[in-house]
Amino acid sequence: MTREMTGAKMVVQALKDQGVDTVFGYPGGAVLPIYDEIFLQNDIRHILVRHEQGAVHAAEGYARSTGKPGVVLVTSGPGATNAVTGLTDALLDSIPIVVLTGQVPTFLIGSDAFQEADTVGITRPCTKHNWLVKDPDSLSATIHEAFHVATAGRPGPVLIDIPKDVQFATGHYERPNPSTSHYHPKLKGDLEEITELVAAMETAKRPVFYTGGGVINSGPGASQLLRELVDATGFPITSTLMGLGAYPASGSNWLGMLGMHGLYEANMAMHDCDLMIAIGARFDDRITGRTDAFSPKSKKAHIDIDPSSINKIIRIDIPIVGDVGHVLEDILKIWKSRGRKTNAQAVAGWQEQISKWRAVNCLSYKGSEKTIKPQYALQRLEELTKKYDRYITTEVGQHQMWAAQFLNFDEPNRWMTSGGLGTMGYGFPASIGAQIAHPDALVINVAGEASWLMNMQELGTAAQFRLPVKQFILNNERLGMVRQWQELLHGSRYSHSWSEALPDFVKLAEAFGAKGILCSDPADLDDAIMEMITYDGPVLFDCLVEKHENCFPMIPSGKAHNEMLLGEAETQGVIDTQGAALV
Amino acid sequence: MSALHIKKGASKHSAYNLRPTFSDVIERHTLAVLVENEPGVLARVIGLFSGRGYNIDSLTVAEVDHTGHRSRITIVTTGTPQVIEQIKAQLGRIVPVHEVHDLTVDGASVERELAILKVVGQGDKRVEALRLADIFRANVVDSTLSSFIFEITGAPEKIDAFADLMRPLGLTEVARTGVAALLRGD
Repeated sequence: MTREMTGAKMVVQALKDQGVDTVFGYPGGAVLPIYDEIFLQNDIRHILVRHEQGAVHAAEGYARSTGKPGVVLVTSGPGATNAVTGLTDALLDSIPIVVLTGQVPTFLIGSDAFQEADTVGITRPCTKHNWLVKDPDSLSATIHEAFHVATAGRPGPVLIDIPKDVQFATGHYERPNPSTSHYHPKLKGDLEEITELVAAMETAKRPVFYTGGGVINSGPGASQLLRELVDATGFPITSTLMGLGAYPASGSNWLGMLGMHGLYEANMAMHDCDLMIAIGARFDDRITGRTDAFSPKSKKAHIDIDPSSINKIIRIDIPIVGDVGHVLEDILKIWKSRGRKTNAQAVAGWQEQISKWRAVNCLSYKGSEKTIKPQYALQRLEELTKKYDRYITTEVGQHQMWAAQFLNFDEPNRWMTSGGLGTMGYGFPASIGAQIAHPDALVINVAGEASWLMNMQELGTAAQFRLPVKQFILNNERLGMVRQWQELLHGSRYSHSWSEALPDFVKLAEAFGAKGILCSDPADLDDAIMEMITYDGPVLFDCLVEKHENCFPMIPSGKAHNEMLLGEAETQGVIDTQGAALV
Repeated sequence: MSALHIKKGASKHSAYNLRPTFSDVIERHTLAVLVENEPGVLARVIGLFSGRGYNIDSLTVAEVDHTGHRSRITIVTTGTPQVIEQIKAQLGRIVPVHEVHDLTVDGASVERELAILKVVGQGDKRVEALRLADIFRANVVDSTLSSFIFEITGAPEKIDAFADLMRPLGLTEVARTGVAALLRGD
């Protein structure tokens, strides 16, 4: 069934038909007809951000906390180019985002018109797919296809560029019909491969599950199946930064996060295992460390919906292409039908070995009664907020790693952080998106002062929409992670890694109509955190912490999992010149 | 339908060999990529190669099915077996890519390229050029009193050999189409 309407009306109708309730955006000349249609309706809520990068990160926070695609509406030229960082961030973390950009009218394309940019050209490498719509009759079908592509298979950001004359022109509107798309990635894994994996699980002496963001992306059902499988087999499980919450941190088989700043027991288990079961994780360099020394004794199985992830970095023995949820269901079915076998005795010995590694207590740090240690601040935040169904976002740097180490997640979709791209400035707008999606929930952005300043303009958004987002800023007046690398690699020459001329965050909050809290004494910390949690409105929490704390444990660049640094004493000269060249 | 046709049990034996041997030997592969003929699709393919640092030895593209809006891109590329597998998997991820075939491993294939070459000269050299052209079954498609344009079709190595022979005889310009290739048999 088709109906005649203008392109601008089609955009709004298509969003409604896709079940969209919220759009994050910023108006401008080339999207005015669409903004006019938004003005004339009440079904879709528009959240006015203060910068287009903030719109995309907010949409990411919305998408990651709900599992639904996030939607962004921005204008041509600078509106589109400002969205590029967010698109790249969403591409690397596989987050479903639909960005609608205005474009100059078709008859002006190529003329260097005012606010013209080659948006599809610029965003081609940072989207899963993008479209320039020149024909109003194909606009609605393109928007529906865009939602399908963003969410099907490995999710990702898509962009639709809509010239202004197409928004004014009249055309036929078509309702969504996913069967018209040719894009249908394979969901079911090959049963022969799955059976081979089950057979390996039955005999493995030192197995480990290594899970990632793909489990979260596959939906809550995949997390449930993962829990069932882990608890039934008794195998230990670790996760990447992206996958935290898929298996509960309170679970008995939980090893903690792995990787560069992962837990000692997790990395040692990865190094010494004899069967590694990678699920929705992509062997990022922050995970593997030195690839030629990566888990040398193990048989490796890899479950991923994207065939290009398999064998990209690490050679895989049992490749399984498919959706995590579908494959886990088949693994459980086959494993149960073959008698629920594991090498229980050997696995018990393996767990015993792991508990010895755990006893190293790799997250220990030297406490202080005078200054707030960042680890202590996060431990207190964890203690005082764990009873809430809370949503945590982060910026990028030391605070992000400490948050991953010290905060515990028992459910998926509660933890949002820029993993692949490492985008400073991600966390604040992402917290806004999560709060919009969950108005009554406690949403906290764990930040560093430098990252937070990168998108601080969104304080206006938080104030306008009365979003009670809590900005928990671990303020060390340093670019902490940069400073740490300069100490380890560049002879403690701290080139431009301190934060000069910082604002008074309390006054800054008050200038925007938000609440500011300053805390510098460990003795006051609990009360201050409680004040932040109970305040009904946006809070900027300026937590002055130890300035020279380094983040441990750490796998230095160019080293293997079993060459972790556990603390300050071991750091001198550990990174060689080859390692120094790595990022 | 997935762009990557991974059939049941095929991952061990198909072109998309997910159990590769990680050898360091550089191989040359000819890939046939069937794509939706839409604006920007070639830019996506080329952008993938430049963005991820893969090699393109030759690339040809043209619409092959007007009603079905299909174009065929033939790419000759080089890399280690692992890189070749990555290239195929990455091509398969591009949304408007329908099929990726590795003609080098799928079976025997026929590869042809067309070239036109301008040879400028007079006297003996001109006669020798014409004689060699005859041996290589190259056609004269244009002639002046001091030049020929030859058209030659064949495997890229044959065109290389012909061009090498023409160089001392006055070769001034070459235009090559790049490789077009099809799998043999039905």
